[in-house]
Amino acid sequence: MSANPPIEEMNYEQAYAELESIVASLETSQRPLEEAMALFERGQALAARCATLLDKAELKIRQLSGEDLQGLGEEEESEE
Amino acid sequence: MEQIPLFHLQFLTVSELTRYLRQLIESDELLQEVWVEGEVSNLSRPASGHIYFTLKDQGASLRCVIWRSTAQRLRLLPQDGALVQAHGSIGVYEAGGQYQLYADLIQSAGEGALFQEFLRLKALLEAEGLFAPERKRAIPPWPRQIGIVTSPTGAALQDMLNTLRRRFPLAEVVLAPAPVQGDEAPAAIVAALQALNRTIHPDVILVARGGGSLEDLWAFNDERVARAIAASQAPVITGIGHETDFTLADFAADLRAPTPTAAAELAAPNREDLRLALAEQSGALTRSVRSLLETFRFRLEGAQSQLQRYSPLGYIRSERQRLDDLGRYAGRSILHRLSLQRALLSGVHMRLNVLSPQSALQRGFAIVTRHPQGDLVRSAAQVAPGTELQIRVAEGSFGAKVIDQFSE
Repeated sequence: MSANPPIEEMNYEQAYAELESIVASLETSQRPLEEAMALFERGQALAARCATLLDKAELKIRQLSGEDLQGLGEEEESEE
Repeated sequence: MEQIPLFHLQFLTVSELTRYLRQLIESDELLQEVWVEGEVSNLSRPASGHIYFTLKDQGASLRCVIWRSTAQRLRLLPQDGALVQAHGSIGVYEAGGQYQLYADLIQSAGEGALFQEFLRLKALLEAEGLFAPERKRAIPPWPRQIGIVTSPTGAALQDMLNTLRRRFPLAEVVLAPAPVQGDEAPAAIVAALQALNRTIHPDVILVARGGGSLEDLWAFNDERVARAIAASQAPVITGIGHETDFTLADFAADLRAPTPTAAAELAAPNREDLRLALAEQSGALTRSVRSLLETFRFRLEGAQSQLQRYSPLGYIRSERQRLDDLGRYAGRSILHRLSLQRALLSGVHMRLNVLSPQSALQRGFAIVTRHPQGDLVRSAAQVAPGTELQIRVAEGSFGAKVIDQFSE
């Protein structure tokens, strides 16, 4: 969990996955109250991050260049 | 209808015979679902809109009809001189005394050859295991990058982009443009697939094309395309043509969608579904903490009542009671002992009285002490003539002086 980037830099998948694991852990394991409250707050921040990502996302579109598309032929020639 | 005996004096009308033949023919399953190949001739299309023509080969000819309603939805209509394959059912036109083909599908014999080639390739690749279900990979639920192989100018691309914009704008789309029909299409599609796998490593690749004729879609029946799809590192979803079109590319893909739009829908989750799931998780988060707090409160209350049960106050209370009891007992016992002592004391007192010198004095004895020393005189040797004495008797005392002394 600590390996994750700061919440505001997380992508949706990371944030949602951690949110899920926090919920699961709060539901199943007994923890000291303080720890549980800290987890709860982190979960709330993650949920907010997810909601922001969903609301603000705009589809990014790019196109492979002709060079990219030609690449394989050249590689094959140089390899063979 | 009953079987008509061969030798019978009763004659059939032409209508009866024709109706019998009609029923005979139209109850034959083979004749109701048949493909016929031949050359089109005598084509006519009168004002009614129905199409009449004859299919023939070297040895025979067959009258054919396409009803107007059927003709309207056919991709290919017969043309004089064309070699075609017609599908339909054989029926009898009673008024004309003719059996004929009521055609509902026409394809050129060239298409037929394409189809044969399709079947041959399909069998070949199937035998290689290229289409095996166990080869199919799961489509990642949340693709970060979605590769698209299609024509950059086609409607299919806009359909997919619109769908992705609406459903899952979190993703990045990388388009690898390729012509999707014509002779150069297969090689370009293969190159586009390979380029995506080599440069981007997308989570999923969409290979798509809008609807068209069998020839239009033919690039997706190319063996190279099918193999490139099967070899793709990223799972591939195909959306080629319409619902009814199945290409080899579809068979080789990890997932086949009926249309480009459907392919885009299969590639990404729906934002609304994500919102619901997120709301569900948020709710679960709150519930879990609330129930955790409940647990802590419950435990706290439990501890409090435990505490009360073992509280020193209770102990003190009970000790105080014990003390009270003891006190009462002790009080009683002291009084008892006092009266006992009192009785003992009066006994001793009486005995003391008996032993008292006073009682001796009463009986006439006297106590003689030297004056002024005050010591008792128990022997005559203690005194000499002239020694002053003090004599105590039962009532009072008096002084005296030794006159004489007689030692023993």
